[in-house]
Amino acid sequence: MRTPNDIVADALAAIHAASDLPALEQVKAGYLGKSGQLTELLKSLGSMPAEDRKTAGARINEAKQAVEAALKDRREALQQAELDRQLAAETLDVTLPGRGLSRGGLHPVSKTLSRIQALFHSIGFEVATGPEIETDFYNFTALNIPEDHPARAMHDTFYLQTGELLRTHTSPVQVRYMQKHRPPLRIIAPGRVYRCDSDVTHTPMFHQVEGLWVDESVSFADLKGVLADFMRNFFERDDLPVRFRPSFFPFTEPSAEMDIGCVMCGGAGCRVCSHTGWLEVLGCGMVHPNVFSHVNIDTERYIGFAFGLGVERLAMLRYGVDDLRLFFENDLRFLKQFN
Amino acid sequence: MQFSEAWLRTLVNPPLDTAALAHTLTMAGLEVEALEPAAPAFSHVVVAEILSVEKHPDADRLRVCQVDVGESSPITIVCGAPNAAAGLKVPCARPGAKLPGIEIKIAKVRGIESFGMLCSSRELGLPGDAAGLMVLSDDAPVGEDFRAWLNLDDTLVTLKLTPNRADCLSIAGLAREVGAVTATEVRLPQIEAVTPTIQDAVSVRLEAADACPRYLARIVRGIDAQAVTPRWMAERLERSGIRPLLAPVDITNYVLLELGQPMHAFALSRVQGDIRIRMARAGEKLELLNGQTVELAPDMLVIADVNGPLALAGIMGGQSSSVEKFTVDVLLEAAFFAPSAIAGRARRLGLSTDSSHRFERGVDFAAVRRAMERATRLLIDICGGQPGPIVEAVADLPRRDPIVLRLPRLARVAGVVLDAEAVANGLRALGAAVERRDDSLVVTPPSFRFDLAIEEDLIEEAVRLHGYDAIPAQPPAAPSRMLPQDETRVHDDALRASMVGLDYQEVITYSFIDPAWETALDPAASPLPLANPLASQLSAMRTTLWGGLLDTLRHNLNRQQDRVRLFELGRTYASLEVQPMKLAGVAYGSVLPEQWGATARRVDFYDLKGDMERLFGQALVVRAAAHPALHPGQCAEILIDDRVLGRLGALHPRLVQSFDLPAAPMLFELDAEALQWRRLPRHAGQSRFPQVRRDLAFVLDARRPAGDLLAALRGAAVPAIREISVFDEYRGKGVAENQKSLAIRVVMQDTQRTLTDQEVEDAVHKLVEAAKRHCQASLRV
Repeated sequence: MRTPNDIVADALAAIHAASDLPALEQVKAGYLGKSGQLTELLKSLGSMPAEDRKTAGARINEAKQAVEAALKDRREALQQAELDRQLAAETLDVTLPGRGLSRGGLHPVSKTLSRIQALFHSIGFEVATGPEIETDFYNFTALNIPEDHPARAMHDTFYLQTGELLRTHTSPVQVRYMQKHRPPLRIIAPGRVYRCDSDVTHTPMFHQVEGLWVDESVSFADLKGVLADFMRNFFERDDLPVRFRPSFFPFTEPSAEMDIGCVMCGGAGCRVCSHTGWLEVLGCGMVHPNVFSHVNIDTERYIGFAFGLGVERLAMLRYGVDDLRLFFENDLRFLKQFN
Repeated sequence: MQFSEAWLRTLVNPPLDTAALAHTLTMAGLEVEALEPAAPAFSHVVVAEILSVEKHPDADRLRVCQVDVGESSPITIVCGAPNAAAGLKVPCARPGAKLPGIEIKIAKVRGIESFGMLCSSRELGLPGDAAGLMVLSDDAPVGEDFRAWLNLDDTLVTLKLTPNRADCLSIAGLAREVGAVTATEVRLPQIEAVTPTIQDAVSVRLEAADACPRYLARIVRGIDAQAVTPRWMAERLERSGIRPLLAPVDITNYVLLELGQPMHAFALSRVQGDIRIRMARAGEKLELLNGQTVELAPDMLVIADVNGPLALAGIMGGQSSSVEKFTVDVLLEAAFFAPSAIAGRARRLGLSTDSSHRFERGVDFAAVRRAMERATRLLIDICGGQPGPIVEAVADLPRRDPIVLRLPRLARVAGVVLDAEAVANGLRALGAAVERRDDSLVVTPPSFRFDLAIEEDLIEEAVRLHGYDAIPAQPPAAPSRMLPQDETRVHDDALRASMVGLDYQEVITYSFIDPAWETALDPAASPLPLANPLASQLSAMRTTLWGGLLDTLRHNLNRQQDRVRLFELGRTYASLEVQPMKLAGVAYGSVLPEQWGATARRVDFYDLKGDMERLFGQALVVRAAAHPALHPGQCAEILIDDRVLGRLGALHPRLVQSFDLPAAPMLFELDAEALQWRRLPRHAGQSRFPQVRRDLAFVLDARRPAGDLLAALRGAAVPAIREISVFDEYRGKGVAENQKSLAIRVVMQDTQRTLTDQEVEDAVHKLVEAAKRHCQASLRV
């Protein structure tokens, strides 16, 4: 009869030789299975003399443990190898492009509008809207621009055949809002406006944002403070120079134009700023008492300021767009540059 | 308005260079739009006289000139100009001269030494003829520096004046303003009354005294209308953008520029009887100076004689009474026409004149006589003639009532306290009478300021004179109160972001569109037409966003884009009251961008519907519908709470063809307002018990919509049902023709306990019954 040591030596050789898990299981059966060699050896203990049985049993058990340990190691090694093979087979070319939908994008004017709204929202301005087809009353009369006022000539107005007009500015929203709400008020009114003008620097439709702040103690100094703050935050330049010049709008007094230092050339003078170093960016002023009287707001108690800025102008400066008309051609090669 | 800096400086000369003066004007509210040198830079050019001209011995086209340049002996210059002739006075560039683009040196020209160059206008960068030498007037002083003689070291300043500042529409007015903002002395022209030498006069009748409360007329006889306008006057006119024409006309134009008072000269022989200033009568016509014949309206003011209108008051004179070369006797007019009587009329007639521009905004009614005397003096000095007396008719002139400016109010509006004395002095420098009374200034504005009527007008002036830049910019103090945030409201930005996530590019198209597009998309559409469109393709207000989107689609397809997905959020326009905000889109080309590992497939109705479901965040109730722009078999309406919120579908093949598209785009349009609200979520608890799924395949008529079957199953009121949905549609082998098989997933779950097999079987049985009863659908076996 073979000794346990002989059997173990054979078993270890066979385990080592097993090249996959089924082969290993077969090896296991051959030694530890129902009629495996070590099992048989154990069975033969019964026929041994009692005094030999204990030592023989211990030796067989040691042999069994040695085989089991070898089986375990080999199984783990084979499993690892199998996993490695699988992983290698499943390895992808990660540099191939991803699949699925692409992503659309926002129009640059939209982006600019959102930005303007967010900045004003951060100091408590709410958004108000109004109709684009307007009446003469809201677009002109209530804003202190009577019939035949020369200021009307500055607004090249589109009229409908029904007699209404397309609003020439977002200022009518001021009036509509003040008819419905009492001070204190703090609103901005973004939207489309229309002027009957089309050339290199004008499109018949463009966007404005109107702003209005009415309270008991609002001053021209506050107006300057808010708008300077806005421009510096919009362009993310704390050192952006700003200046205010006297101007004329029938619905504000005092009225001002606001200029910022040219963001293209840093004030040195370039084509964009007509070599002046300054860019005209918005009109503003203190709400004219005639506007307040149209909406029954007490001019002794309340003071307000209003402003109107051109969105396309700011978008052009912010994103370096040199032709206004591109915004409305909607060429994807243009629009996708803002995504 | 354009003016000559040199002219202005004859009246007020602050110690500022051109750039600083321009900056001062701009910061005072008189925006300088452009500064342009009167002539380009050049040097060493003198006035010269050609003494003799001989042919060049070695060149056919060249001549050898002896030229007097004011030195002891003439110099030789070789010249190629065809008009070179003895006796002509011309500009001559001496050696060392720098002209635009060239430098002049002594040079041999075909063997003869030339000591300079005789110049054409073009060679000096001046307007005029390039073909020959620039011919100077006979009185040009030989040897004098050409620039100095023509006063070319001047700057043309263009102002963008706001309509409230009519008082600055003249050199004298600008001088006054510059004097006030720079605290510099102003020397206005001295004007003395001209003594009449004849007694001839016309009668003047103010028949519309509100419109014309002051009218001055004066006859001047025996003038020479062809007299030469003096060079200084012609130069000032030209540098103000007015072309000299005929001396009497130049003189009235000059007074307009100098003093801001528009004037007119009539040919006296064409005026019959009294001068009547009256409103036009319906049906009257007048041929204007520019040759245009206008039909007059009853709200237009005219200057008339017995025969009818002679001039459109304050706007333009008539052709028949205009001063011509051979006019000998003239009638000078200087008047004050009320702004309200002139405003808008010129524009209505398609006119804009220097005169109407000023009268509309307000002309100094107290300075009319000064202007008349000024014009008379100039006329007599230049054209000769015998002046008659001034005839003046006056009615009620505008008033200048005192205005109270409360200093505390000024401080409140400005946000800073201004020095009262400085404010008072500033207003005085502008011509106002100012009196201090306690905490107020009582201010009487001058006659030439039509924009000072209420306290705010004075506040603006006070702040302006103080300097807008001198007011501090301060962050306003306001209570820190949070703004309301309505959680059930979806903002436009969020809608746009959803569309971007669905792979649509935002566009912004015009609100006005070609009405032909509108009616092509919907023959029943009646887009509101513009009364004054820029072009026919922009002549009506859109009633749908589809037109603009399809136009944009085509634009991009023509530029090599083959997958285009666009959306727009904007209004459509039905009336003043109805201008609903819409969200619309178009999807064209393959469903996915071209990519590896995915089969290319064109976007179809169900892709678009999927986009809509993702946009709404829920399965949608849609029903087949009809729209003239959409394929009749691929068009649906979206319903929420039985309200139609929009529609989607494939563009009708007829339109695909007429819009010249290679294939049909998918379109949708929704009421944006409906998308702007969503429910506030509320947690309803979740079941701890297992859910049961049963898949049922029903066979039914192929024409019956899946929606019918779903409605029947959902309507069966079977308890514990969580979900009923379609997960497959099948037609073909194993299913009879005209039939289809719909695979329905049913999910059941109870909140209190585990469902028993029997309960599940009962539920399935009820569903099968309902399908059979309502849709004649049977279980597929």
